[in-house]
Amino acid sequence: MTRLTPTFDRLKSQGKAGFVAYVMAGDPDAGTTLEALKGLADAGADVIELGVPFTDPMADGPTIQRAAIRALDGGMTMKGVLELVRQFRQTHADTPIVLMGYANPFHAFGYAEAAAAMAEAGADGLICVDIPPEEDTELRGALESHGLSFVRLAAPTTSDDRLPQVVNHASGFVYYVSTTGVTGAKSGQTADIETAVARVRKASGLPVAVGFGVKTAERAAEIARVADAVVVGSAIVDALDKDGVEAAVSLCGELANATHTAREHK
Amino acid sequence: MTQPNAFSQFPDVAGRFGEFGGRYVAETLMPNILALEEAYARYKDDPDFVAEFDLFSRDFVGRPSPLYFAERLTEEFGGADIWFKRDELNHTGAHKINNCLGQVLLAKRMGKTRIIAETGAGQHGVATATVAARFGIPCEVFMGATDVERQAPNVFRMKLLGAKVHAVTSGRGTLKDAMNEALRDWVTYPDETFYVIGTVAGPHPYPMMVRDFQSVIGREAREQMLERTGKLPDVAVACIGGGSNAMGLFHPFLEDESVRLVGVEAAGKGLDGPDHAASLNGGKPGILHGNKTYLLQDEDGQITEGHSISAGLDYPGIGPEHAFLHDMGRAEYRSATDAEALEMFQLCSKLEGIIPALEPAHALARVRDLAIELGKGGTILMNMCGRGDKDVFSVAKALGVEL
Repeated sequence: MTRLTPTFDRLKSQGKAGFVAYVMAGDPDAGTTLEALKGLADAGADVIELGVPFTDPMADGPTIQRAAIRALDGGMTMKGVLELVRQFRQTHADTPIVLMGYANPFHAFGYAEAAAAMAEAGADGLICVDIPPEEDTELRGALESHGLSFVRLAAPTTSDDRLPQVVNHASGFVYYVSTTGVTGAKSGQTADIETAVARVRKASGLPVAVGFGVKTAERAAEIARVADAVVVGSAIVDALDKDGVEAAVSLCGELANATHTAREHK
Repeated sequence: MTQPNAFSQFPDVAGRFGEFGGRYVAETLMPNILALEEAYARYKDDPDFVAEFDLFSRDFVGRPSPLYFAERLTEEFGGADIWFKRDELNHTGAHKINNCLGQVLLAKRMGKTRIIAETGAGQHGVATATVAARFGIPCEVFMGATDVERQAPNVFRMKLLGAKVHAVTSGRGTLKDAMNEALRDWVTYPDETFYVIGTVAGPHPYPMMVRDFQSVIGREAREQMLERTGKLPDVAVACIGGGSNAMGLFHPFLEDESVRLVGVEAAGKGLDGPDHAASLNGGKPGILHGNKTYLLQDEDGQITEGHSISAGLDYPGIGPEHAFLHDMGRAEYRSATDAEALEMFQLCSKLEGIIPALEPAHALARVRDLAIELGKGGTILMNMCGRGDKDVFSVAKALGVEL
């Protein structure tokens, strides 16, 4: 069992939604990312998604694309990403870390080797954007054999017929993409999200985190009232790029607080 | 040994050619991909669809394209007879339009109200805009910002044809980034949009569907060779970027065991350095743009930029069916450098009165070797997939000629 299940169990017993913070590994260098990871966890992020940079991030908007290029220009590699996880674990034993990226860097590393190295470094799972259920056998098998979660993405375009196939082998939580579009785009309507979250939760039996387009505390609170967790990526990456780690951490604190307290003010 | 029909039966139901191909896309697109697969299966043998494709192929594109005996090049090389399939005579000047016609007719039947496409040098963009204009469907083309600057005439052509051209600045602003951006657009507007991919790559069913539409090249050429020479050619040759003209030429010959199939990749400044676009000869298997295939990539699985003097070959991947035919040994994949392509560009212009595109000029460099290898009495069929009007400026520049 990964750190994800106890984390979501705790949040559930506290009656709170969780806050998931995304940061790109190596943007602009490893030292900054390590500082950010620790800061985000300390500022209230319940789960951290650590982006694995890729040259061709076809589901990401401009913010994450540019972050990936900065990270690659700064020399970040798969080994570098794993080293960041290892260093973070020396000070933070409990905050789950999920890697998020595209298939090719994992394929080049070798799925089995990547899964073994992730487990050894202290990662908890993987979100692989371009591995749909139709193509997941090899990668999923590798992750499962090392006790890692394979976090699935569900989208507004995922029909009721298709949903069971999508969540069939999911573990940890399900990431609901709140809108058709790329990361950082406008998020969907809250009423639609509420219906979708219920649908995905029922089909998967797992907590449902909602992301894509959440930028403000107000919006985070709205989502927190209907979902099990709120994911913020582009806004944090943007703050880090423009104003540095401190600004990103302070934004994370604000968003995490809004998420955690949202249901008190309902 | 192999079963009859074995090679032409691919892909399987999962869209795989052996270990290559597949559907590696974000979940948001998955339902679209499946809907496209279903629609294509429904219409591809539908008599009305086939009749409309044939009618517009004849009257709008100008098919069948002629088969031509390249007598003077045959003499020059001093070996096997060289025949050109003249797909450069198609409307818009290349084979690209065969596929655009098929996909736009399918989009119409699927009730899609918006066409998008990616383009490198602009040939596929122009062909898509041309067919979209004919059928009155709004068209938007994604093109790398650097290419927009370099290919101003094609940008203007697309605009004349009523298309909107987006200059893509994300990533490094090249063809692969244009494809990323088109995929992002499709993810954002999945319901109304039909994405016309320009080559035999991308998620299933694209590699199969594009191949099927382009196979008109090989079907016609096979028949024409039999009619003109009384036999099948010894070798069929085509250049390869993503590989659509080669796949279109090869596919109807896959079951003819006597016919050697030779694809020619762009070796750029040479395969020993980083400046080439030869995915099979200088890359390794990986996952990009929805399919598993050979890719130009570094040790860490990051995609590297291809280089070729021909913008149409400058793509870091190759269609998955080529990856399969390569690994199975059914087709051979060679390469030609920028310098060889430039030499052939000039030679073919002078001797045959045909200014070839730089892409087929690559193929011609290996046709020379094959002609000598086969010797007199042998026959070579080469697809002249595009005409060279678009390349005169870059060729002049490469030769140091001021226009």
